[in-house]
Amino acid sequence: MNFSGLLTNYEEAIAMILFAIGFSNLLLQKNLIKKIIGLNIMDTAMYLFLALKGYIAGRKAPIVVDGVQSVEAYINPIPAGLVLTGIVVSVSVSALMLSLTIRLYRRYHTLNLDEITTMLEKEGL
Amino acid sequence: MEFVQNFPFICIILTLFSGPLSSILDGKKAKWVNTAVITAVGLMNTAVLAFVIRTGAPYVYRMGHFSAPWGNEIRVGVLEAVMAVFFCIIMLLSMLGGTREREQELEPSKANLYYIMVNLLLSSLMALIYTNDLFTAYVFVEINTISACGLIMIKQNGRTIVGATRYMIMSLLGSGMLLLGICFLYGITGHLLMSNIQEAVGKLYASGQYHAPLVVALGLMTVGLAIKSALYPFHGWLPDAYGYSTVSSAAILSSLVSKGYIFLLLKIFYRVIGADIVRDSRELHVLFVFGILGMIIGSVDAIRESNVRRMIAFSSVAQIGYIYMGFGLGTTAGVIASVFHILSHAATKSLLFISASSLTEVSGDSTDFFDLTGAGYRNKVAGVAFTVGSLSMVGIPMFAGFISKLLFAQAAVECHHKLLPAMIALAVSTVLNAVYFMKTVIRIYTPEKKKVLKERQFLTVRATDQKGKTAVLVCFIALNLFLGIFSEPVVRLLQKGLLMFA
Repeated sequence: MNFSGLLTNYEEAIAMILFAIGFSNLLLQKNLIKKIIGLNIMDTAMYLFLALKGYIAGRKAPIVVDGVQSVEAYINPIPAGLVLTGIVVSVSVSALMLSLTIRLYRRYHTLNLDEITTMLEKEGL
Repeated sequence: MEFVQNFPFICIILTLFSGPLSSILDGKKAKWVNTAVITAVGLMNTAVLAFVIRTGAPYVYRMGHFSAPWGNEIRVGVLEAVMAVFFCIIMLLSMLGGTREREQELEPSKANLYYIMVNLLLSSLMALIYTNDLFTAYVFVEINTISACGLIMIKQNGRTIVGATRYMIMSLLGSGMLLLGICFLYGITGHLLMSNIQEAVGKLYASGQYHAPLVVALGLMTVGLAIKSALYPFHGWLPDAYGYSTVSSAAILSSLVSKGYIFLLLKIFYRVIGADIVRDSRELHVLFVFGILGMIIGSVDAIRESNVRRMIAFSSVAQIGYIYMGFGLGTTAGVIASVFHILSHAATKSLLFISASSLTEVSGDSTDFFDLTGAGYRNKVAGVAFTVGSLSMVGIPMFAGFISKLLFAQAAVECHHKLLPAMIALAVSTVLNAVYFMKTVIRIYTPEKKKVLKERQFLTVRATDQKGKTAVLVCFIALNLFLGIFSEPVVRLLQKGLLMFA
């Protein structure tokens, strides 16, 4: 295996490491708030990855200031659009998760999902 | 272009806008809007289905005025239209069948919120079925997840909130992986439209370039969607979410929401990556193994469960396992069997949930297995409906479940090296299904002692007392018998659709 690509494309490697950190936090943390933080790290890593895919070294943002120049002058704007869409999605799921967390906290006075599960079993619903 | 070709787009927009409209209406009016919208969407999809069958070719509908590699597209073929029509029927029946329970279980001030969620869910399902753009699919996957979460948590007790939280966590992990897979594909192909990606992937695969990222992207998308549709090791959230939410939600979640993701996965296999490349990548073997595990372990869990709603929920895990096993066979016949099973499972599982809620109603609102003794006599229609659903799940001839098992077995015969495990799993799973479903059917037809009946004052419901629900159950039974007896034209339609799909 040749790992030199990891050094030249270190941005992408960082994005993937961040994704893994976020993913494992969302999966493994017991505290709900930490889970949500994990979710946001995971999503942000994805935006970093997408933004990197759209960037072409030495070109400008695709905003026309003094007349349209050739296509060669601008970077790819589509990933930026995808990132914006992704941010909207991420904001709404974070809000939903936070509201669920508030509900659970009011009911059980803890943020630990395992403790909540044991309390549920005691409730015997 | 004919006017009917606009219908898929109108379906998505109509359902999307009826959501916000419901937010300013009160519960009753929102319910009417919801019923009207589902009916209208169902009729429009039927017209689209008739149109594509008549022309015999799929068509691509441009969204906006930009054409192929830039614009957004809708693509309609027979398979998509069949799915859309069927999803509308199931959704309409599930909503009508759970009306009474919703009135009892939801706070009146929040009734309209439920319909917002259902409308958004239908819109996202339609978009998942029809879209030809991978990123649009991702966005609607998230809308689907959010609205499904709303459907679970709207009936408020500790179980549903925890169930919804677990569902969200698993779903978000799944959509994270899906999005990462899409980003990888975009990175190596530079396209987001499915047909363009397939073209580019074909070229890359032929030249041997970017082989590893391609396999990783496929794996990420497959695992992501498998998590979201509750394939066996990822099913932890399912029993709570299905077992304690209001009955319409349980019926819709089990029969439609997970199927929407499976349909998207089918689309990714056939239209984004290409069926041959997927077969070569050996990822289908993994799906096959987990499908088989799910078929058996889901059924074992269901046997051990004493809560009847949770038992039906665990049975869903087994049925999802069947569908993934069909994909895992890697043949066209296997995929046809899976797609047929999507239909038959949707028709049967929603029937089971709704009839089970009627049976628990006449057993003092208890979902405990032993309290259901004699419930089949106290509510005769629900008893018959539950029996039909159970027979179909077990796979008795004449019912939908038999045909899907037959198709799975036929598909397995074609596939030599997977024949033995597939057949054994089918046999074991059928026996296990029979154990827990027949146990319940016998229990609901075991007469309860007169003393207990007097003591606990169980209700007795006649067919004419709840006309709406009786009608819904009869429709579901008819749908099951239709899929079981007239399966030939349906299967032929699916085969034709799959040819057009690829």
